[in-house]
Amino acid sequence: MIGAKVTLALAPKALDELAAGRRIAVVSGTNGKSTTTALLSAACTAAGFSVASNVEGANLRSGIVALLSSRRARDTELAVLEIDELALPSLLPSFDHPVVVLLNLSRDQLDRFGEVRTVAAEWRRALAAQPVTVVANADDPLVVYGASSASDVTYVGVGLRWRQDSASCPNCGRQIQRDERDWWCECGLRRPPACELDGDTLAVGGQTMQLRPGVPGQYNIGNAALAVVAATKLGVPSAVACGALGAVTSVAGRYRTVTVGPTSARLLLAKNPAGWGELLAMIEGQDRPLVLAINARIADGKDPSWLWDVEFERVRGRRVIAAGERAADLAVRLRYADVECEVWDGAVLDAVERFDAPDVDVLVNYTVFAEAVRSLGRDE
Amino acid sequence: MTRIALVFPELLGTYGDGGNAIVLAQRLRWRGLPADIVRVGVEDPLPRDCDLYVLGGGEDAPQTFATARLVDLGFAGAVADGAVVFAVCAGFQILGEAFTGNDGAQQPGLGLIECSTRPKGARQIGELVVEPSALDLPLLTGFENHGGITELGSSASPLGRVRVGHGNGVGGVEGIVAGRVVGTYLHGPALARNPALADLLLSWVVGALEPLDDPIVERLRTERLRAALG
Repeated sequence: MIGAKVTLALAPKALDELAAGRRIAVVSGTNGKSTTTALLSAACTAAGFSVASNVEGANLRSGIVALLSSRRARDTELAVLEIDELALPSLLPSFDHPVVVLLNLSRDQLDRFGEVRTVAAEWRRALAAQPVTVVANADDPLVVYGASSASDVTYVGVGLRWRQDSASCPNCGRQIQRDERDWWCECGLRRPPACELDGDTLAVGGQTMQLRPGVPGQYNIGNAALAVVAATKLGVPSAVACGALGAVTSVAGRYRTVTVGPTSARLLLAKNPAGWGELLAMIEGQDRPLVLAINARIADGKDPSWLWDVEFERVRGRRVIAAGERAADLAVRLRYADVECEVWDGAVLDAVERFDAPDVDVLVNYTVFAEAVRSLGRDE
Repeated sequence: MTRIALVFPELLGTYGDGGNAIVLAQRLRWRGLPADIVRVGVEDPLPRDCDLYVLGGGEDAPQTFATARLVDLGFAGAVADGAVVFAVCAGFQILGEAFTGNDGAQQPGLGLIECSTRPKGARQIGELVVEPSALDLPLLTGFENHGGITELGSSASPLGRVRVGHGNGVGGVEGIVAGRVVGTYLHGPALARNPALADLLLSWVVGALEPLDDPIVERLRTERLRAALG
């Protein structure tokens, strides 16, 4: 990364120059950036493009410059870039008519990011200022508000479980009205016509296709739908894009199953209440013991009060260990949800063995996850 | 049955403050006392028979909209008969005489408590520790994240003195206590981190309560106070 910082210091226009002459697709939003980037990259690679991608998640300006100036990115014709949702407006002007995939916006690290509505307003301003081809989630009013200023937008109805941040209209502050999948506001902002996703069937124009990504959960079928539509904007045939989804089974350690003693532990990452809600929905209806772990370092957000926005009541009756540097915050939340838990102060993967069970799910936030993946790297 | 109204959670619930209602209800249930949380949506009629009303933090535009709705719904009248009100951050500001709205103009609040709020220009973010003065309680711990300066009227009582953090941002004080109305900038949620405050609010409704054995909550308090006080 030192190399990237020096490049930036020497040439403020470094990113413009590195991006020039290359097709660019960017993926942004609060949740699902890395997975959607991996799915879109896989689709483009399957179609024969040479692709550079920052799927490891260095998604700020320095990370993008580092990627595009790296040896592996030299001579690639297409860059598929995950970009931090706050950084997006300042990076977009470096790209010539990019394809922009917009996933969702919800509260995340409020001590650092501030209000999520402000992010939507910044997107709106930036997307109006240059030619872009946008592929956006029709079910998130914040995303629609941000995207609808762009010259060319294709909406995809991929669903939205977390609605706490879009209860009031991003345009006028009034309450958003909802009726099943439809939503609208008195001020005129409303759900636009969209390619619709029903279960794992995506309808685009008169055509339907089955989406079977190798990563689990309904929300990843939604991410796959956005990736497939974005791939077609880059010239990838939709059948080729769909066929590439199944090979994506793990993304920078997410969804990876690791062996700890006699136990298979599945690593699941969620950074904020919307992400935790998706994971809790995904693991519902099975009885694997759970290790839940939380840190509150700068990269996680220093205020874990969002734990109270997560419906931990849904894991009542499961065997649960609370771990991480903020295990006490988590354990208090679980106590008030009537979920019994053991508090574990050691390393998160060491907690897995305490269950003496064949399969355990490990749900953690960002820096816990990064540390667990690093520790696995050391052991291998 | 003790009824706890969670007011406009979709507008005033940015920092997990809905947890305050869960804490209040559960601390009654664990003692064998019935409790019910009434979620009051912004288009619902305002229940006038609840024992406690809980309001949380919110972003600027929703705060302005919530205030207009609470005026229309007659919130001040609903709580005039002695209901307990616990209001955090934006909820606290709304109950005052005035605050600065999202358009930058000063606008009237509900006038339930003697204070007014203006923007500071920079957000005040971090651990907040308060030495209670108006109520007989141990140290209060929480996390603050707001951009307001809340000036109390001359006869208003603050909740306490700021030991670490900013609180009201002026005069070294935090929050307000006005009869059975308590306003504060403590998130966390406040009542999860400060069970003695939760029990005090409940005792105003149901009378004296037996203490609960709360080792994990005590551990959390010790950790947070140590992190803030060193």
